Amino acid sequence: MATERSPAEVRARHAEYWRKNKRYVGALLLVWFVVSYGFGILLAEPLNRITIPGTGFPLGFWFAQQGSIYVFVVLIFIYVWLMNRLDRAYEVDEGRDHG
Amino acid sequence: MNVQAWTFLLIAVSFALYLGIAIWSRATTMKDFYVAGAGVSPLANGMATAADWMSAASFISMAGLISFMGYDGSVYLMGWTGGYVLLALLLAPYLRKFGAYTVPDFVGDRYYSQTARIVAVLCAIFVSFTYVAGQMRGVGIVFSRFLEVDVNHGVYVGMAIVFFYAVLGGMKGITYTQVAQYCVLIFAYMVPAIFLSMTIAGTPIPQLGLGGVDQATGTPLLERLNGLHEELGFAAYTSGTRSTLDVFLITAALMVGTAGLPHVIIRFYTVPRVRDARLSVGWALVFIALLYTTAPAVAVFARTNLIASVAGTPYAEMPPWFTNWEATGLLRFDDLNGDGVIQFTGPDSPVPNELTVDNDIMVLANPEIAALPDWVVGLVAAGGLAAALSTAAGLLLVVSSAVSHDLLKRALRPSITERGELIAARVSAGAAVMVAGYLGVNPPGFVAQVVAFAFGLAASSFFPVIILGIFWHRATREGAIAGMLTGITFTAAYIVYFKFMHPELNTADHWWLGISPEGIGAVGMVLNAAVTILVSRLTPPPPLEVQELVDRVRVPRGAGLAHEINA
Repeated sequence: MATERSPAEVRARHAEYWRKNKRYVGALLLVWFVVSYGFGILLAEPLNRITIPGTGFPLGFWFAQQGSIYVFVVLIFIYVWLMNRLDRAYEVDEGRDHG
Repeated sequence: MNVQAWTFLLIAVSFALYLGIAIWSRATTMKDFYVAGAGVSPLANGMATAADWMSAASFISMAGLISFMGYDGSVYLMGWTGGYVLLALLLAPYLRKFGAYTVPDFVGDRYYSQTARIVAVLCAIFVSFTYVAGQMRGVGIVFSRFLEVDVNHGVYVGMAIVFFYAVLGGMKGITYTQVAQYCVLIFAYMVPAIFLSMTIAGTPIPQLGLGGVDQATGTPLLERLNGLHEELGFAAYTSGTRSTLDVFLITAALMVGTAGLPHVIIRFYTVPRVRDARLSVGWALVFIALLYTTAPAVAVFARTNLIASVAGTPYAEMPPWFTNWEATGLLRFDDLNGDGVIQFTGPDSPVPNELTVDNDIMVLANPEIAALPDWVVGLVAAGGLAAALSTAAGLLLVVSSAVSHDLLKRALRPSITERGELIAARVSAGAAVMVAGYLGVNPPGFVAQVVAFAFGLAASSFFPVIILGIFWHRATREGAIAGMLTGITFTAAYIVYFKFMHPELNTADHWWLGISPEGIGAVGMVLNAAVTILVSRLTPPPPLEVQELVDRVRVPRGAGLAHEINA
């Protein structure tokens, strides 16, 4: 399919693919930063005054020792999903080449 | 069966399993040896990465460390998991597309320079040996504590096992043994944790038990522990004592260091496609998170258990585990006031502390403290060995490929045949095992200190240069070399000054801006990036074919490098 497009067109589409990729990376890293460095470190003291309802967790402590790790896992799977979709939309996925 | 017999049996069975896998998954080609034929499924690679990454320190020491540091221990939890987000988003897919065998491969080709390649080789070898010495020592220690053999004999047994599957199987053998080792180590970690959680918090899920209600008193567990801490003069468990800036920088240095460690990065060369590389980082973190979210729970259970059963209790009433572990030197009681009662107190207490507890005891002695069945104790020993051996093997492969591929094939003798390179790779893997064994038997006095080095160097050398190499066409050879050298020199100088030259000054009052040597790698990384950008702007742009290489690396589809297609 890619062969139907002119080289210039392919280059432009690759550049657009890369811009969208960088936007995803930026947004996900923002969340990454906020939950760990933000909630887990910089804001840990004030957040510790809140206890997660139904548990004994001070909120800041929970983010630092549990919550941030869960969020990290979720962030990676979101990125995997977003990129698989983006790869297909811009016809740069490997499925057709490698079976 | 007693504890010894169980331990012996479980270790023997797990070793037989590793050897069987090694014979089944022998490497026959260069690509097998370096990257397991690039045919590992993302799920299997995730497990192998988790075992590769989680070392003797994660398995044996981390829960104990957190238990003593309380909130401040979060730096390890976030620092050693958050790096995987960086790997998935910024590194793994592009390095997989690049399709090299090693990290110096990428640095050398992207920066069109043998000097950059050699600098990268030296960093990779130094970081790996630093780490591996600790692993071999860990193997010896587990053997000596559980089977009462000499520490050195334990190291020899570990060497023999690693030699067998690393030299025979290369990356392919290592990958599938690591999958088995992950299963052993996670089972061994979770069983005592689940038992403890049921006894202390009344739930089988340790992650919930941590925020649960203490069964003995009916108050939330963390509240009870904070109360005990206040009583005994320790800082509150859930809030830290380190400065926020330092916690911030240590976390950053560990995260970036994780993402820059060569033995972690090369694992993502072993999957078939770019999309598999992304997915397999996700799986890796799932498997790592299982242990890393359990560790803080184990830390709190163990801490509460220890204080409740020891503090303020007469020595004569101590259960047998206490004297058993006293014999190993991991637990020490000095009756300063001679009243026969154990005073376990913190820095804020007027009563002097009489109990010294080693970090490692929290995981190693937990099954005994909680009176768990004998087979659980044996299981913990087998798990500790799995963690140490899997990490050692991964590191040794980095050294082997750095010598046979980056130095020999790519720099000194490009004419070498594939057969010759494979022999060289096996010989250097064998030699690396010997050096690692030597370091395990004769550990340099500074093993503990150099771990800060490994992370600091990985953070301040590889990470910024690889990222800029992918995300910025304009990054030049001169920029990368200057950046790597600045980052390494600055970080190394700071660590050497405080850890080796003036250990007496190694306190928060003397640190520059209150930054500890553990956290300085984050500053080194920023310096590296700044210098790379500045020098790149002042030097001629990279050749056209390198700029095209950057474009190719950014899209998943299409051929990688020439030497990958031929392989």
